[in-house]
Amino acid sequence: MTSAKRGDFIQVHKVILEPNQRMEGLPSSTKYVPYECWIKGFLMNESANMGDEVRVKTLIGREISGALCEVSPKYEHDFGETQEEILSVGYEALQQLENKHKANRE
Amino acid sequence: MGASYSEVMSKKQEILLKATGIDYDEFEVSPISFDYERLMSSCGYSLQDVQKILLETGVGQTQLVELKNLTQLVRSIAPPGKGGRIFVKDEAANPSGSFKDRRAALSIYQAKELGYKGVVAASSGNYGAAVASQAAKRGLKSIILQEVYDNRRVGQPEILEKTRACEAYGAEVWQLTVGPELFYIMLQVLEETRFFSASLYVPTSILGIETLGYELAKQLLEMEGRFPDVVLITHAGGGNVTGTARGLIKAGSTQTAVVGVSVDLRGLHMASDNDFNRKSFTTGHSGFGIPFLTWPDRTDVPRNCARGLRYLDRYVLVSQGEVFYTTELLAKLEGMERGPAGNTSLAGALAVARELDRDQILVVQETEYTAAGKMPSSQLTFAKENGIRVTRGNPKKNRPGESIIIPERVDQISVEDFSMDKIRQSYIKNAIKAAEDHEPTEADERFLAEDSKSSLDQVREVIQSSNH
Repeated sequence: MTSAKRGDFIQVHKVILEPNQRMEGLPSSTKYVPYECWIKGFLMNESANMGDEVRVKTLIGREISGALCEVSPKYEHDFGETQEEILSVGYEALQQLENKHKANRE
Repeated sequence: MGASYSEVMSKKQEILLKATGIDYDEFEVSPISFDYERLMSSCGYSLQDVQKILLETGVGQTQLVELKNLTQLVRSIAPPGKGGRIFVKDEAANPSGSFKDRRAALSIYQAKELGYKGVVAASSGNYGAAVASQAAKRGLKSIILQEVYDNRRVGQPEILEKTRACEAYGAEVWQLTVGPELFYIMLQVLEETRFFSASLYVPTSILGIETLGYELAKQLLEMEGRFPDVVLITHAGGGNVTGTARGLIKAGSTQTAVVGVSVDLRGLHMASDNDFNRKSFTTGHSGFGIPFLTWPDRTDVPRNCARGLRYLDRYVLVSQGEVFYTTELLAKLEGMERGPAGNTSLAGALAVARELDRDQILVVQETEYTAAGKMPSSQLTFAKENGIRVTRGNPKKNRPGESIIIPERVDQISVEDFSMDKIRQSYIKNAIKAAEDHEPTEADERFLAEDSKSSLDQVREVIQSSNH
Protein backbone atom coordinates (compact mmCIF):
# COMPACT_ATOMS: atom_id res chain seq x y z
CA MET A 1 0.00 0.00 0.00
CA THR A 2 1.40 3.40 -0.91
CA SER A 3 -1.26 5.61 0.68
CA ALA A 4 -3.35 5.76 3.84
CA LYS A 5 -6.52 7.41 5.07
CA ARG A 6 -7.53 8.85 8.44
CA GLY A 7 -7.61 6.22 11.21
CA ASP A 8 -5.33 3.72 9.41
CA PHE A 9 -2.67 2.15 11.61
CA ILE A 10 0.64 3.31 10.19
CA GLN A 11 4.31 3.80 11.03
CA VAL A 12 6.21 7.08 10.80
CA HIS A 13 9.92 7.71 10.46
CA LYS A 14 11.83 10.59 12.02
CA VAL A 15 15.43 11.69 11.79
CA ILE A 16 16.20 12.84 15.32
CA LEU A 17 19.79 13.97 14.87
CA GLU A 18 21.74 14.52 11.66
CA PRO A 19 25.30 13.13 11.75
CA ASN A 20 26.75 16.59 12.59
CA GLN A 21 24.36 16.97 15.55
CA ARG A 22 25.33 13.69 17.19
CA MET A 23 27.11 13.26 20.50
CA GLU A 24 30.89 13.50 20.57
CA GLY A 25 33.14 10.49 20.95
CA LEU A 26 31.04 7.98 19.01
CA PRO A 27 32.68 5.11 17.11
CA SER A 28 33.02 5.98 13.40
CA SER A 29 30.36 3.53 12.21
CA THR A 30 27.84 5.41 14.39
CA LYS A 31 29.18 8.96 14.01
CA TYR A 32 28.55 9.34 10.28
CA VAL A 33 24.97 8.08 10.19
CA PRO A 34 21.83 9.92 11.35
CA TYR A 35 20.05 9.03 14.59
CA GLU A 36 16.65 7.73 13.49
CA CYS A 37 13.38 6.53 14.95
CA TRP A 38 10.19 4.70 13.97
CA ILE A 39 6.86 4.99 15.82
CA LYS A 40 3.42 3.49 15.15
CA GLY A 41 0.02 5.11 15.47
CA PHE A 42 -3.32 5.99 13.84
CA LEU A 43 -3.18 8.49 10.98
CA MET A 44 -4.77 11.85 11.86
CA ASN A 45 -4.55 13.44 8.40
CA GLU A 46 -7.44 12.96 5.95
CA SER A 47 -5.14 10.98 3.67
CA ALA A 48 -1.44 10.68 2.97
CA ASN A 49 1.09 9.10 0.63
CA MET A 50 4.37 7.41 1.46
CA GLY A 51 6.95 9.93 2.60
CA ASP A 52 4.39 12.63 3.50
CA GLU A 53 4.88 14.44 6.79
CA VAL A 54 1.87 13.39 8.89
CA ARG A 55 0.42 13.42 12.42
CA VAL A 56 -0.41 10.17 14.23
CA LYS A 57 -2.10 9.28 17.50
CA THR A 58 0.02 6.62 19.22
CA LEU A 59 -1.29 3.61 21.19
CA ILE A 60 -1.46 5.82 24.32
CA GLY A 61 -3.29 8.62 22.50
CA ARG A 62 -0.33 10.99 22.21
CA GLU A 63 0.14 13.00 19.01
CA ILE A 64 3.41 12.67 17.13
CA SER A 65 4.58 13.72 13.67
CA GLY A 66 6.84 12.00 11.18
CA ALA A 67 7.08 10.78 7.60
CA LEU A 68 4.66 8.03 6.62
CA CYS A 69 6.76 4.93 5.90
CA GLU A 70 4.44 1.96 6.31
CA VAL A 71 0.72 1.18 6.34
CA SER A 72 -0.51 -1.67 8.57
CA PRO A 73 3.03 -2.50 9.76
CA LYS A 74 3.50 -6.15 10.71
CA TYR A 75 5.89 -8.05 12.95
CA GLU A 76 8.24 -10.10 10.81
CA HIS A 77 10.66 -11.69 13.27
CA ASP A 78 10.27 -15.45 13.29
CA PHE A 79 11.64 -18.77 14.57
CA GLY A 80 14.50 -18.76 12.07
CA GLU A 81 15.78 -21.55 9.84
CA THR A 82 16.50 -25.10 11.01
CA GLN A 83 19.88 -25.00 12.74
CA GLU A 84 21.64 -28.34 12.40
CA GLU A 85 24.35 -27.25 14.87
CA ILE A 86 21.87 -27.56 17.74
CA LEU A 87 19.47 -30.23 16.48
CA SER A 88 21.22 -33.19 18.10
CA VAL A 89 22.33 -31.52 21.36
CA GLY A 90 19.46 -32.97 23.40
CA TYR A 91 19.76 -36.46 21.93
CA GLU A 92 23.51 -36.57 22.59
CA ALA A 93 23.01 -35.58 26.23
CA LEU A 94 20.32 -38.22 26.72
CA GLN A 95 22.70 -40.82 25.22
CA GLN A 96 25.39 -39.70 27.64
CA LEU A 97 23.01 -40.17 30.59
CA GLU A 98 21.90 -43.58 29.33
CA ASN A 99 25.47 -44.79 28.87
CA LYS A 100 26.30 -43.67 32.39
CA HIS A 101 23.30 -45.56 33.80
CA LYS A 102 24.38 -48.68 31.88
CA ALA A 103 27.95 -48.39 33.15
CA ASN A 104 26.66 -48.00 36.73
CA ARG A 105 24.53 -51.16 36.40
CA GLU A 106 27.39 -53.25 35.04
CA MET B 1 12.82 18.31 16.14
CA GLY B 2 12.48 20.33 19.38
CA ALA B 3 15.35 21.45 21.57
CA SER B 4 18.95 20.75 20.65
CA TYR B 5 21.05 18.04 22.22
CA SER B 6 23.00 20.40 24.45
CA GLU B 7 19.90 22.39 25.52
CA VAL B 8 18.17 19.23 26.74
CA MET B 9 21.26 17.80 28.39
CA SER B 10 21.85 21.03 30.33
CA LYS B 11 18.43 20.59 32.00
CA LYS B 12 19.21 16.99 32.99
CA GLN B 13 19.13 17.43 36.80
CA GLU B 14 15.92 19.43 36.80
CA ILE B 15 14.09 17.00 34.48
CA LEU B 16 15.19 13.95 36.47
CA LEU B 17 14.19 15.47 39.80
CA LYS B 18 10.66 16.00 38.48
CA ALA B 19 10.56 12.57 36.85
CA THR B 20 11.80 10.45 39.76
CA GLY B 21 10.65 12.46 42.75
CA ILE B 22 14.08 11.87 44.30
CA ASP B 23 16.42 14.69 45.27
CA TYR B 24 19.71 12.84 44.94
CA ASP B 25 21.66 15.78 46.37
CA GLU B 26 20.19 14.94 49.76
CA PHE B 27 22.20 11.74 49.89
CA GLU B 28 25.56 13.08 48.71
CA VAL B 29 28.28 13.03 51.36
CA SER B 30 31.30 14.11 49.29
CA PRO B 31 32.28 14.08 45.61
CA ILE B 32 33.10 10.38 46.18
CA SER B 33 30.63 9.09 48.76
CA PHE B 34 26.90 9.01 49.19
CA ASP B 35 24.62 7.37 51.75
CA TYR B 36 23.55 4.27 49.83
CA GLU B 37 21.45 2.66 52.56
CA ARG B 38 19.61 5.88 53.34
CA LEU B 39 18.83 6.34 49.64
CA MET B 40 17.60 2.72 49.45
CA SER B 41 15.26 3.17 52.41
CA SER B 42 14.15 6.69 51.46
CA CYS B 43 10.90 5.53 49.87
CA GLY B 44 9.88 3.83 53.11
CA TYR B 45 8.88 0.34 51.91
CA SER B 46 9.77 -2.72 53.98
CA LEU B 47 10.42 -6.01 52.17
CA GLN B 48 7.01 -7.22 53.36
CA ASP B 49 5.34 -4.10 51.91
CA VAL B 50 7.07 -4.77 48.60
CA GLN B 51 5.98 -8.42 48.55
CA LYS B 52 2.38 -7.35 49.14
CA ILE B 53 2.47 -4.71 46.40
CA LEU B 54 4.00 -7.19 43.92
CA LEU B 55 1.34 -9.80 44.68
CA GLU B 56 -1.42 -7.27 43.90
CA THR B 57 -0.43 -7.50 40.24
CA GLY B 58 0.46 -11.20 40.26
CA VAL B 59 4.23 -10.75 40.46
CA GLY B 60 6.53 -13.14 42.32
CA GLN B 61 5.97 -16.35 44.32
CA THR B 62 7.34 -18.37 41.40
CA GLN B 63 8.34 -22.03 41.67
CA LEU B 64 11.81 -23.15 42.70
CA VAL B 65 12.42 -26.27 40.60
CA GLU B 66 15.15 -28.88 41.02
CA LEU B 67 16.80 -29.73 37.69
CA LYS B 68 17.45 -33.38 38.47
CA ASN B 69 18.32 -34.50 34.95
CA LEU B 70 20.81 -31.70 34.41
CA THR B 71 22.36 -32.50 37.79
CA GLN B 72 22.70 -36.14 36.69
CA LEU B 73 24.28 -35.02 33.44
CA VAL B 74 26.84 -32.92 35.31
CA ARG B 75 27.58 -35.83 37.69
CA SER B 76 28.18 -38.12 34.71
CA ILE B 77 31.25 -36.05 33.83
CA ALA B 78 32.25 -34.68 37.27
CA PRO B 79 35.05 -36.11 39.46
CA PRO B 80 33.87 -38.75 41.99
CA GLY B 81 31.74 -37.22 44.77
CA LYS B 82 31.33 -33.96 42.83
CA GLY B 83 28.30 -32.45 41.11
CA GLY B 84 26.16 -30.08 43.21
CA ARG B 85 22.37 -30.09 42.94
CA ILE B 86 21.00 -27.47 40.54
CA PHE B 87 17.73 -25.62 41.20
CA VAL B 88 16.14 -22.90 39.09
CA LYS B 89 13.70 -20.15 40.03
CA ASP B 90 11.11 -20.17 37.25
CA GLU B 91 10.72 -16.44 36.85
CA ALA B 92 9.20 -16.90 33.37
CA ALA B 93 5.94 -17.43 35.27
CA ASN B 94 5.70 -13.71 36.04
CA PRO B 95 3.00 -11.74 34.13
CA SER B 96 5.25 -10.47 31.31
CA GLY B 97 7.55 -13.51 31.41
CA SER B 98 10.62 -12.49 33.40
CA PHE B 99 11.94 -11.32 36.78
CA LYS B 100 11.82 -7.79 35.38
CA ASP B 101 8.19 -7.63 36.55
CA ARG B 102 9.58 -7.47 40.10
CA ARG B 103 11.78 -4.62 39.00
CA ALA B 104 8.94 -2.66 37.40
CA ALA B 105 6.10 -3.40 39.84
CA LEU B 106 7.13 -1.22 42.76
CA SER B 107 8.21 1.72 40.57
CA ILE B 108 4.90 1.71 38.72
CA TYR B 109 3.00 1.42 42.01
CA GLN B 110 4.90 4.43 43.30
CA ALA B 111 4.35 6.40 40.08
CA LYS B 112 0.60 5.86 40.51
CA GLU B 113 0.76 6.85 44.21
CA LEU B 114 2.64 10.03 43.34
CA GLY B 115 -0.02 10.98 40.80
CA TYR B 116 1.90 10.54 37.54
CA LYS B 117 -0.26 9.80 34.48
CA GLY B 118 2.32 7.65 32.74
CA VAL B 119 5.81 6.17 32.81
CA VAL B 120 8.83 6.20 30.51
CA ALA B 121 11.50 3.51 30.35
CA ALA B 122 14.52 3.00 28.13
CA SER B 123 14.91 -0.72 27.50
CA SER B 124 15.37 -3.02 24.53
CA GLY B 125 14.79 -6.01 26.77
CA ASN B 126 12.34 -7.64 29.15
CA TYR B 127 12.24 -4.56 31.36
CA GLY B 128 10.35 -2.56 28.74
CA ALA B 129 7.71 -5.28 28.50
CA ALA B 130 7.51 -5.46 32.30
CA VAL B 131 6.97 -1.69 32.58
CA ALA B 132 4.30 -1.78 29.85
CA SER B 133 2.56 -4.72 31.53
CA GLN B 134 2.63 -3.21 35.03
CA ALA B 135 1.49 0.16 33.66
CA ALA B 136 -1.47 -1.59 32.00
CA LYS B 137 -2.35 -3.25 35.31
CA ARG B 138 -2.23 0.07 37.19
CA GLY B 139 -4.02 2.09 34.52
CA LEU B 140 -1.02 4.24 33.56
CA LYS B 141 0.27 5.07 30.09
CA SER B 142 3.70 3.85 29.05
CA ILE B 143 6.35 4.94 26.57
CA ILE B 144 9.20 2.52 25.90
CA LEU B 145 12.38 3.69 24.15
CA GLN B 146 14.26 0.88 22.45
CA GLU B 147 17.58 0.70 20.62
CA VAL B 148 16.52 -1.62 17.81
CA TYR B 149 18.13 -1.00 14.42
CA ASP B 150 21.51 -0.50 12.81
CA ASN B 151 21.77 2.07 10.00
CA ARG B 152 20.52 -0.49 7.42
CA ARG B 153 17.36 -0.77 9.55
CA VAL B 154 18.22 -4.35 10.40
CA GLY B 155 16.95 -5.25 13.86
CA GLN B 156 18.08 -7.86 16.35
CA PRO B 157 15.21 -10.43 16.36
CA GLU B 158 15.13 -10.55 20.16
CA ILE B 159 14.57 -6.79 20.31
CA LEU B 160 11.93 -6.92 17.55
CA GLU B 161 10.11 -9.42 19.76
CA LYS B 162 10.32 -6.90 22.61
CA THR B 163 8.77 -4.19 20.43
CA ARG B 164 5.91 -6.59 19.76
CA ALA B 165 5.51 -7.45 23.46
CA CYS B 166 5.51 -3.78 24.57
CA GLU B 167 2.94 -2.86 21.92
CA ALA B 168 0.86 -5.88 22.93
CA TYR B 169 0.65 -4.32 26.41
CA GLY B 170 -0.42 -1.02 24.87
CA ALA B 171 2.83 0.97 25.05
CA GLU B 172 3.97 3.69 22.68
CA VAL B 173 7.29 2.32 21.42
CA TRP B 174 10.11 4.38 19.93
CA GLN B 175 12.30 2.12 17.79
CA LEU B 176 15.65 3.87 17.60
CA THR B 177 18.92 3.30 15.79
CA VAL B 178 22.16 2.61 17.65
CA GLY B 179 23.47 5.38 19.87
CA PRO B 180 23.83 6.61 23.44
CA GLU B 181 21.68 9.61 22.51
CA LEU B 182 18.77 7.50 23.72
CA PHE B 183 19.26 9.33 27.02
CA TYR B 184 18.63 12.65 25.26
CA ILE B 185 15.38 11.32 23.80
CA MET B 186 14.39 10.08 27.23
CA LEU B 187 14.93 13.48 28.84
CA GLN B 188 13.03 15.16 26.03
CA VAL B 189 10.08 12.76 26.32
CA LEU B 190 10.05 13.12 30.12
CA GLU B 191 9.99 16.89 29.85
CA GLU B 192 7.25 16.84 27.24
CA THR B 193 4.97 14.35 29.00
CA ARG B 194 5.76 14.98 32.70
CA PHE B 195 5.66 11.19 33.07
CA PHE B 196 7.54 9.20 35.71
CA SER B 197 10.99 7.90 34.83
CA ALA B 198 10.88 4.15 35.50
CA SER B 199 14.66 3.97 35.54
CA LEU B 200 16.23 0.56 36.11
CA TYR B 201 18.50 2.14 38.69
CA VAL B 202 16.20 3.87 41.20
CA PRO B 203 15.70 2.41 44.72
CA THR B 204 12.23 0.99 43.97
CA SER B 205 13.67 -1.05 41.10
CA ILE B 206 16.21 -2.76 43.34
CA LEU B 207 13.76 -3.17 46.25
CA GLY B 208 11.49 -5.11 43.89
CA ILE B 209 14.30 -7.58 43.10
CA GLU B 210 15.07 -8.09 46.79
CA THR B 211 11.91 -10.20 46.93
CA LEU B 212 13.52 -12.65 44.49
CA GLY B 213 16.56 -13.37 46.66
CA TYR B 214 14.41 -13.47 49.79
CA GLU B 215 11.86 -15.85 48.27
CA LEU B 216 14.38 -18.32 46.89
CA ALA B 217 16.25 -18.53 50.21
CA LYS B 218 13.02 -19.14 52.15
CA GLN B 219 11.74 -21.65 49.58
CA LEU B 220 14.93 -23.66 49.67
CA LEU B 221 14.92 -23.56 53.46
CA GLU B 222 11.44 -25.03 53.43
CA MET B 223 12.24 -27.65 50.76
CA GLU B 224 15.69 -28.75 51.90
CA GLY B 225 16.11 -27.30 55.37
CA ARG B 226 19.02 -25.14 54.29
CA PHE B 227 20.14 -22.05 52.41
CA PRO B 228 21.85 -22.31 48.99
CA ASP B 229 25.63 -22.68 48.81
CA VAL B 230 25.84 -20.75 45.55
CA VAL B 231 23.41 -18.45 43.74
CA LEU B 232 24.19 -17.72 40.09
CA ILE B 233 22.85 -14.49 38.63
CA THR B 234 22.95 -13.28 35.03
CA HIS B 235 24.77 -9.97 35.15
CA ALA B 236 24.11 -6.92 32.97
CA GLY B 237 23.70 -3.53 34.68
CA GLY B 238 24.04 -5.05 38.15
CA GLY B 239 20.47 -4.68 39.41
CA ASN B 240 19.73 -8.39 39.38
CA VAL B 241 22.85 -9.16 41.45
CA THR B 242 22.27 -6.26 43.85
CA GLY B 243 18.61 -6.93 44.55
CA THR B 244 18.98 -10.71 44.79
CA ALA B 245 21.99 -10.50 47.11
CA ARG B 246 20.26 -7.98 49.38
CA GLY B 247 17.21 -10.26 49.52
CA LEU B 248 19.38 -13.26 50.42
CA ILE B 249 20.90 -11.28 53.29
CA LYS B 250 17.46 -10.15 54.51
CA ALA B 251 16.38 -13.83 54.55
CA GLY B 252 19.43 -14.70 56.67
CA SER B 253 21.23 -16.54 53.86
CA THR B 254 24.50 -14.73 54.54
CA GLN B 255 26.97 -17.52 53.76
CA THR B 256 25.76 -18.01 50.19
CA ALA B 257 28.33 -17.29 47.47
CA VAL B 258 26.98 -14.76 44.98
CA VAL B 259 28.22 -15.44 41.44
CA GLY B 260 27.57 -13.08 38.52
CA VAL B 261 27.53 -14.62 35.04
CA SER B 262 27.76 -12.70 31.75
CA VAL B 263 28.02 -13.74 28.13
CA ASP B 264 31.48 -12.92 26.85
CA LEU B 265 31.21 -10.20 24.21
CA ARG B 266 34.60 -8.63 24.87
CA GLY B 267 35.90 -6.76 21.84
CA LEU B 268 32.49 -5.60 20.60
CA HIS B 269 31.78 -1.89 21.08
CA MET B 270 28.32 -1.26 22.53
CA ALA B 271 27.85 2.12 20.81
CA SER B 272 29.07 0.84 17.44
CA ASP B 273 26.52 0.63 14.64
CA ASN B 274 28.75 -1.94 12.99
CA ASP B 275 29.05 -4.24 16.03
CA PHE B 276 25.39 -3.93 17.03
CA ASN B 277 24.14 -6.89 15.01
CA ARG B 278 27.24 -9.04 15.44
CA LYS B 279 26.04 -10.29 18.81
CA SER B 280 23.31 -12.80 19.64
CA PHE B 281 22.71 -11.59 23.18
CA THR B 282 21.15 -8.22 23.80
CA THR B 283 21.68 -8.23 27.56
CA GLY B 284 23.38 -10.19 30.35
CA HIS B 285 26.67 -9.73 28.54
CA SER B 286 30.12 -8.38 29.35
CA GLY B 287 29.44 -5.20 27.32
CA PHE B 288 27.20 -4.14 30.20
CA GLY B 289 28.64 -6.25 33.02
CA ILE B 290 32.23 -4.97 33.03
CA PRO B 291 31.57 -1.23 32.55
CA PHE B 292 28.76 -1.24 35.13
CA LEU B 293 30.88 -3.06 37.71
CA THR B 294 33.86 -0.77 37.23
CA TRP B 295 31.72 2.39 37.14
CA PRO B 296 28.05 2.00 38.19
CA ASP B 297 27.23 5.73 38.13
CA ARG B 298 26.99 5.85 34.34
CA THR B 299 23.19 5.68 34.13
CA ASP B 300 20.08 7.79 33.66
CA VAL B 301 20.07 8.79 37.37
CA PRO B 302 22.78 10.65 39.36
CA ARG B 303 23.40 7.69 41.70
CA ASN B 304 22.85 4.10 40.60
CA CYS B 305 21.25 1.86 43.23
CA ALA B 306 22.40 -1.23 41.30
CA ARG B 307 25.87 -1.71 42.80
CA GLY B 308 26.83 -5.29 42.05
CA LEU B 309 30.38 -4.94 43.28
CA ARG B 310 29.13 -4.50 46.87
CA TYR B 311 27.79 -8.05 46.81
CA LEU B 312 29.62 -10.17 44.22
CA ASP B 313 31.93 -12.95 45.36
CA ARG B 314 32.81 -14.07 41.87
CA TYR B 315 32.23 -12.87 38.31
CA VAL B 316 32.48 -15.35 35.44
CA LEU B 317 32.04 -15.32 31.68
CA VAL B 318 30.49 -17.93 29.39
CA SER B 319 30.38 -17.92 25.59
CA GLN B 320 27.32 -17.46 23.35
CA GLY B 321 27.59 -21.04 22.05
CA GLU B 322 27.59 -22.44 25.58
CA VAL B 323 24.34 -20.61 26.37
CA PHE B 324 22.66 -21.88 23.18
CA TYR B 325 23.77 -25.40 24.08
CA THR B 326 22.40 -24.99 27.62
CA THR B 327 19.10 -23.66 26.25
CA GLU B 328 18.76 -26.88 24.26
CA LEU B 329 19.60 -29.02 27.30
CA LEU B 330 17.02 -27.28 29.49
CA ALA B 331 14.30 -27.88 26.89
CA LYS B 332 15.24 -31.47 25.99
CA LEU B 333 16.21 -32.82 29.44
CA GLU B 334 14.01 -30.79 31.76
CA GLY B 335 11.04 -29.99 29.54
CA MET B 336 11.47 -26.25 30.08
CA GLU B 337 11.75 -24.13 26.96
CA ARG B 338 13.04 -20.80 28.18
CA GLY B 339 14.75 -17.65 26.92
CA PRO B 340 18.43 -16.75 26.85
CA ALA B 341 18.81 -14.51 29.94
CA GLY B 342 18.30 -17.13 32.65
CA ASN B 343 20.13 -19.70 30.58
CA THR B 344 23.27 -17.57 30.80
CA SER B 345 23.57 -18.23 34.54
CA LEU B 346 22.43 -21.82 34.00
CA ALA B 347 25.36 -22.34 31.60
CA GLY B 348 27.60 -21.03 34.38
CA ALA B 349 25.92 -23.42 36.83
CA LEU B 350 26.71 -26.46 34.64
CA ALA B 351 30.39 -25.61 35.04
CA VAL B 352 30.39 -24.46 38.69
CA ALA B 353 28.35 -27.53 39.82
CA ARG B 354 31.30 -29.74 38.85
CA GLU B 355 33.43 -27.98 41.49
CA LEU B 356 30.89 -28.59 44.29
CA ASP B 357 30.19 -31.65 46.42
CA ARG B 358 27.06 -33.64 45.70
CA ASP B 359 25.26 -32.43 48.80
CA GLN B 360 25.82 -28.78 47.93
CA ILE B 361 23.11 -26.70 46.27
CA LEU B 362 23.30 -24.13 43.48
CA VAL B 363 20.36 -21.92 42.60
CA VAL B 364 20.00 -20.30 39.19
CA GLN B 365 17.72 -17.44 40.13
CA GLU B 366 15.83 -16.78 36.90
CA THR B 367 14.31 -18.09 33.72
CA GLU B 368 12.59 -15.92 31.10
CA TYR B 369 9.91 -16.60 28.50
CA THR B 370 10.94 -17.50 25.00
CA ALA B 371 9.32 -16.68 21.66
CA ALA B 372 10.00 -16.03 17.99
CA GLY B 373 13.15 -13.93 17.82
CA LYS B 374 14.51 -15.18 21.14
CA MET B 375 15.05 -18.86 20.39
CA PRO B 376 18.44 -20.33 19.42
CA SER B 377 17.08 -21.06 15.92
CA SER B 378 16.16 -17.39 15.31
CA GLN B 379 19.35 -16.08 16.87
CA LEU B 380 21.65 -18.46 14.98
CA THR B 381 19.86 -17.71 11.71
CA PHE B 382 20.39 -14.01 12.35
CA ALA B 383 24.03 -14.54 13.32
CA LYS B 384 24.74 -16.38 10.06
CA GLU B 385 22.97 -13.65 8.04
CA ASN B 386 25.33 -11.16 9.67
CA GLY B 387 28.45 -13.06 8.75
CA ILE B 388 29.05 -14.96 12.00
CA ARG B 389 30.47 -18.47 11.61
CA VAL B 390 28.49 -21.09 13.55
CA THR B 391 30.09 -24.50 14.20
CA ARG B 392 30.23 -27.31 16.73
CA GLY B 393 33.50 -27.66 18.60
CA ASN B 394 35.48 -26.39 21.54
CA PRO B 395 33.73 -23.26 22.88
CA LYS B 396 37.09 -21.97 24.13
CA LYS B 397 37.87 -21.03 20.53
CA ASN B 398 34.85 -18.72 20.37
CA ARG B 399 35.52 -15.18 19.03
CA PRO B 400 32.75 -12.65 19.84
CA GLY B 401 31.55 -10.99 16.64
CA GLU B 402 33.24 -13.61 14.42
CA SER B 403 32.18 -17.06 15.54
CA ILE B 404 29.77 -18.97 17.74
CA ILE B 405 30.93 -22.40 18.77
CA ILE B 406 28.31 -24.82 20.07
CA PRO B 407 29.97 -27.34 22.41
CA GLU B 408 30.10 -30.98 21.36
CA ARG B 409 29.86 -32.30 24.91
CA VAL B 410 28.69 -30.96 28.27
CA ASP B 411 32.19 -31.27 29.77
CA GLN B 412 33.34 -28.56 27.33
CA ILE B 413 31.21 -25.99 29.17
CA SER B 414 33.40 -23.96 31.47
CA VAL B 415 33.50 -20.53 33.06
CA GLU B 416 36.25 -17.96 32.76
CA ASP B 417 36.83 -16.13 36.04
CA PHE B 418 37.18 -12.41 35.59
CA SER B 419 39.54 -11.05 38.24
CA MET B 420 37.52 -9.44 41.05
CA ASP B 421 40.65 -7.61 42.22
CA LYS B 422 41.05 -5.96 38.83
CA ILE B 423 37.40 -4.89 38.83
CA ARG B 424 37.72 -3.48 42.35
CA GLN B 425 40.87 -1.58 41.48
CA SER B 426 39.38 -0.01 38.37
CA TYR B 427 36.20 0.94 40.24
CA ILE B 428 38.19 2.72 42.97
CA LYS B 429 40.35 4.49 40.36
CA ASN B 430 37.24 5.59 38.44
CA ALA B 431 35.61 6.94 41.61
CA ILE B 432 38.69 9.00 42.45
CA LYS B 433 38.98 10.25 38.89
CA ALA B 434 35.30 11.29 38.77
CA ALA B 435 35.74 13.33 41.96
CA GLU B 436 38.45 15.35 40.16
CA ASP B 437 40.40 17.51 42.66
CA HIS B 438 38.76 16.10 45.76
CA GLU B 439 41.27 14.46 48.12
CA PRO B 440 39.71 11.20 49.46
CA THR B 441 38.95 11.45 53.19
CA GLU B 442 38.87 8.56 55.65
CA ALA B 443 35.09 8.45 55.27
CA ASP B 444 35.55 8.19 51.49
CA GLU B 445 37.96 5.30 51.99
CA ARG B 446 35.37 3.50 54.11
CA PHE B 447 32.70 4.15 51.47
CA LEU B 448 34.92 2.83 48.67
CA ALA B 449 35.78 -0.27 50.71
CA GLU B 450 32.11 -1.02 51.30
CA ASP B 451 31.11 -0.15 47.75
CA SER B 452 33.69 -2.53 46.27
CA LYS B 453 33.71 -5.26 48.95
CA SER B 454 37.41 -4.51 49.58
CA SER B 455 39.44 -4.01 52.74
CA LEU B 456 40.51 -0.52 53.80
CA ASP B 457 44.12 -1.49 53.05
CA GLN B 458 43.23 -2.48 49.50
CA VAL B 459 41.46 0.85 48.97
CA ARG B 460 44.44 2.82 50.35
CA GLU B 461 46.83 0.91 48.14
CA VAL B 462 44.87 1.84 45.01
CA ILE B 463 44.59 5.48 46.12
CA GLN B 464 48.33 5.64 46.70
CA SER B 465 49.17 4.05 43.38
CA SER B 466 46.89 6.48 41.52
CA ASN B 467 48.64 9.44 43.19
CA HIS B 468 51.87 8.49 41.47
